[in-house]
Amino acid sequence: MMKIVNSSQIHNETTAGLPPAAPRKTRFQESWELLKKNKLAFLGLLIFVLFFFTALAGIILTSGTNPYFDPSTVRLQEKLRPPLSDPNLKTLRPEETPKLGLYLFGTDDLGRDVFARMLQGAWVSLTVGFVAVGIAVLIGIFLGGIAGYFGQNHICLHHILVTLILFIGVVLLSIGNMYLGLTCLITGIVCILYYLLMKKRSVKKAQSIWLQMLHKKAISVDTLIMRVVDIMLCFPSFFLILTVVALLPASIYNIMIVIGLTSWMGTTRFVRAEFLSLREQDFVTAVKALGISNLRIIFRHMVPNAIAPVLVSATIGIATAILTEAGLSFLGFGVPPPYATWGNILSDGKRFIFDAPWLTFVPGFAILIVVLSFNLFGEGLRDILNPKLRERY
Amino acid sequence: MTTNNAILKAEGIKKYFPVRRGLFQNVIGWIKAVDGVDLYIDKQKTLGLVGESGCGKSTIGRLILKLLEPDEGKIIYQDKDISSLSPDEMKPLRKEMQIIFQDPFGSLNPRMTAGQSIEEGLRTLPIKGHHERKRRIIELLNMVGIASSGADRYPHEFSGGQRQRIGIARALSVNPSLIICDEPVSALDVSIQSQIINLLKELQNTLGLSYLFISHDLNVVGYISDMVAVMYLGHIMEYAPIEEIYNNPLHPYTLALLSAIPEPDPDDRGERKTLTGDVPSPFNPPPGCKFQGRCPLVEDRCKKEEIAFYTVNENHTVRCWKVVGG
Repeated sequence: MMKIVNSSQIHNETTAGLPPAAPRKTRFQESWELLKKNKLAFLGLLIFVLFFFTALAGIILTSGTNPYFDPSTVRLQEKLRPPLSDPNLKTLRPEETPKLGLYLFGTDDLGRDVFARMLQGAWVSLTVGFVAVGIAVLIGIFLGGIAGYFGQNHICLHHILVTLILFIGVVLLSIGNMYLGLTCLITGIVCILYYLLMKKRSVKKAQSIWLQMLHKKAISVDTLIMRVVDIMLCFPSFFLILTVVALLPASIYNIMIVIGLTSWMGTTRFVRAEFLSLREQDFVTAVKALGISNLRIIFRHMVPNAIAPVLVSATIGIATAILTEAGLSFLGFGVPPPYATWGNILSDGKRFIFDAPWLTFVPGFAILIVVLSFNLFGEGLRDILNPKLRERY
Repeated sequence: MTTNNAILKAEGIKKYFPVRRGLFQNVIGWIKAVDGVDLYIDKQKTLGLVGESGCGKSTIGRLILKLLEPDEGKIIYQDKDISSLSPDEMKPLRKEMQIIFQDPFGSLNPRMTAGQSIEEGLRTLPIKGHHERKRRIIELLNMVGIASSGADRYPHEFSGGQRQRIGIARALSVNPSLIICDEPVSALDVSIQSQIINLLKELQNTLGLSYLFISHDLNVVGYISDMVAVMYLGHIMEYAPIEEIYNNPLHPYTLALLSAIPEPDPDDRGERKTLTGDVPSPFNPPPGCKFQGRCPLVEDRCKKEEIAFYTVNENHTVRCWKVVGG
């Protein structure tokens, strides 16, 4: 053990400022206690968990051949009843009476119980919101991270060629040309392996003109990714989604994935911007000098410092995704009509907004509360995960 | 020159940064940040690198660590040319050379505790087991004079001097032989400066480290260095042992730097040789001697002819027409 003598003075300076440290809890325990102290964030989490379990209960209570709450019972004599109104028992058959004894959220233009429909739609709406945003955020962090961190690297002609060969291989395989497709794929993979091996050795021999042509820099990674972002932003995303959905079979999972695949651009820009500024900071240079791998630098050192704006945009993205799903359902591309989602209750209700405002307000408020609670939780989480802001609580 | 004992030699390294303008980002010129620099650092010795801001000192530090690729020249670390190594080949050598930064606020990851920051370095070593690493972290922290409890604290809970110590501990975590100190005390107040410099000297003695000590303050450099290189606009102007620099400074720029050191005794204050003007842009450096625009002794010859090194004696070289002529 090495120890420095002749530095009592130094030790005094450095230990004086520190109060004796309490025994540390694990990170999780610590964060949990801070979350409990942060009232708003805790409330957000609580409401969110409540909604989650309601949605789970909703699936169980409204599905099956004889559901407890039947969202599809049509009672034309009871249409557009306001919330909390009692059903007219004389005109209803016994199996048509609402289980709660009253219409908690009123009925719609076909006399269906809005409460039952909200329950049925809760799970779909929540998962659409979260899965779509999850996909968008993952793609955004990945592409933004690459553009911000490796942006200055160039894509050379041989990269493009290899990608082309692989692409042709996949296309040939998918149209059923087994042999040619496989040959193309194998050639591409061999090329990749060859370049990986060559990279390990840093031979700088004089190369032939053809090889030099192949290694000509075509475009920088940053330019490529950010121009793709620009192109994606040029399309009105709703019509892009419509096009894709028209090609794919209509199912709720396809909708989630498609919404996710068309809304990652904002996150990519945020992450790239953060990475560009983080990359120049000394602590990143220091870990590079320590010989840490690029992947670890990106995910362990840079992403945690870049996540704050992403969280904020993600919370807003959830609302957008729920509403996009609503729009798709409205046009008949989303969830097939008898099945309810918050979005299609909302868009159906638009027609009766003056006669039956609850049809828009009930799902609207539900979406608002989910987004708000997630937003509060996200903001609290951001503060808790930032060591500097922790001390405020 | 005592080059046979050198841990690191740099021969004619150059680094030009492109200047891009316009719609298509055409290269319209080059900034010659480092323009042919020779350095050698002896084992367990300190080379001080002095110069004002923008003269390329920090670029040299990053070139040596291969955080930047040199455009020309050789960097020889313990008889091995590392200037053309690929990032993968460089990995095992990363443990040998480390860096300490100027800004104690930006040099630590704000989301990691001091212990975690140091642990990042230990991860590259074959140290197995959590406990072994923990023990080593505490050992490193104590070595730089931080209490063991500091391992679980975040950077913002420390003062500037303490953060600088943690930065040193992180650099030491991989057992390096050479440390590039990139203005490690410039952002600290004077009392803390001396503590950090003393700490660096103690660590040099106990661990046998070699330093490249980059600074703009000849006074600080004088306290820790064995050799000094004075740099101006990408060129080394004077290269000599520290005693020579103090007792027999030859280059007018060195004289100006020396006279900028504050003298506590008012009676000892001599005439100050203040330089006028700014450092010329490295994008468009003057012809001839790079210092000609601000040199009090400038002659016609300085404005026309580039000058090579003039060897005064075994260890002392200087780049000035005045010295050659006289």
